[in-house]
Amino acid sequence: MNLTQADQAMLDGSFGPVVQKAMRMVAALGKIFGANELVPVGSAQVSGVSYKNLGDAGLEFLEEWAAQGARVRVPALMNPAGMDLERWREMGISAEFAARQQRVVAALTTMGVTATCTCTPYLVGYEPGAGEHLAWSESSAVSYANSVLGARTNREGGPGALAAAIVGRTAAYGLHLPERRKATHLIDVSCALAGPADYGALGYWVGGQVADGVPYFRLHAPGRRPEQEELMALGAAMGASGAVALYHIEGVTPEAEFARSALKDCAPTRLVVRDLAAAFAALNSPLEHIDFVGLGCPHCTLADIERVAALVKGRRVRATLWVTTSRGVAARARESGAVDTIEASGARVFADTCLVVAPVEELGFRAMATNSAKAAFYAPTHSRIERRFGTLEQCVAAALSGEWPPQDAVAGSGSCCA
Amino acid sequence: MLRLIGRVIQPGQAEGEALVSSAPVGFLGGVDPDTGIVIEAGHPLVGQCVAGKVLVFPTGKGSTVGSYTLYRLATRGLAPCALINARSEAIVAVGAIMAEIPMLDQVDISLFHSGDHVRINGEEILVG
Repeated sequence: MNLTQADQAMLDGSFGPVVQKAMRMVAALGKIFGANELVPVGSAQVSGVSYKNLGDAGLEFLEEWAAQGARVRVPALMNPAGMDLERWREMGISAEFAARQQRVVAALTTMGVTATCTCTPYLVGYEPGAGEHLAWSESSAVSYANSVLGARTNREGGPGALAAAIVGRTAAYGLHLPERRKATHLIDVSCALAGPADYGALGYWVGGQVADGVPYFRLHAPGRRPEQEELMALGAAMGASGAVALYHIEGVTPEAEFARSALKDCAPTRLVVRDLAAAFAALNSPLEHIDFVGLGCPHCTLADIERVAALVKGRRVRATLWVTTSRGVAARARESGAVDTIEASGARVFADTCLVVAPVEELGFRAMATNSAKAAFYAPTHSRIERRFGTLEQCVAAALSGEWPPQDAVAGSGSCCA
Repeated sequence: MLRLIGRVIQPGQAEGEALVSSAPVGFLGGVDPDTGIVIEAGHPLVGQCVAGKVLVFPTGKGSTVGSYTLYRLATRGLAPCALINARSEAIVAVGAIMAEIPMLDQVDISLFHSGDHVRINGEEILVG
């Protein structure tokens, strides 16, 4: 691997032991993945913030590194934590968990990592430019940055992203290289897609088929262009059921034309999607009674929150309803009045956390409903909770009634077609 | 005495008894961070303690949080004294660097047997 003089100086310890250790990590990743060089990164997004995932081992390392003087050199952003950093008591989080979670955030803050605590930094002022190299780690954020914004990032591990932030560089392998951004699979979708849940179900199925490939979608049914929430849902699901970190949609995403030219060079695997029934069925446990509804994986946009507000206005929820989002979007939703409307129903809008990284299994919930295919994919194994998966409207209806109507079991939004 | 050359992931010197796994090792959920004992059901090393051993295995697996588990083992004196992989991956490599455990890869691990005396010095490995 070709290192610059500055890279080599960091590796040799001229910038101190902390920088040396971080550069060793970045260089080792380059070695392992066959990189020829390191490239500067515009920002880093660091996963492994939730104490639920990190545990004491991670907490100890982060505190030790912070104490030794580790400091980031480029903007670095935290992934969601295991709780709303201010309203954790209302979530039912134990004081012990909260204390350790606060220590994780404090250690990262000391190192200069901003407590954005979101998987959607691009909604709160950190929108990378096309072609910009990044060291991001949360899979849905990585997918959105690569696919929708045209930035370049691999799916870094949490410690790798932090190391990249400390040296300001990452190894140029994988999706940093244009040739690795070409499509590997052609996905012809003939059924109509109506709303984020359909895109999530599609992503869940495709992710399971293409593993870590680069799918190129052609959406054949007439309809409008996919909206932001739909693209977020598609990428999040493929990053969960597979390891997809980049996708293209013909006529929609910025690198689709480049990816299509590449399709002529090789013979990609072609998959055809005619309906989404099997995907919806796989993500639905046979539940009728619902005690917990989680919306906001990825974190809700302002439009999502306003949609929820319109649906619950003047009503009371029977099940616990969490709307999770970034602190920045929550502030805007508070200004617009949506937060007050939602919370008057008994539901809660929590910032900094989400249903995947919060310790929901410790809060006594047994039956969840969510509009996130990603959360529905992880819930049974990661949080040991059964779940229903459907549209935002179905989920809010379940929160209001406490029930999931049996006839809605696998129908999704009714967009499936043969 | 067998002399091998590996690729250095974390530089250093170490000496100890080999503990050889035919299967990949995942540290998060695979090794108890408070005892150093392999706890993954069905793993060829289940019940054995990695502390102080030269741990020889094909590659790592599992969550990236496993890097921190290696670090935690090291802070408690329960980590392997060295790691040798056929083909290293990001989780164990980053963990070895965090915990400053000498690590080499691109090594023919079929030449090792549990109980072998192993010395590591930079890229050089002496077995027996």
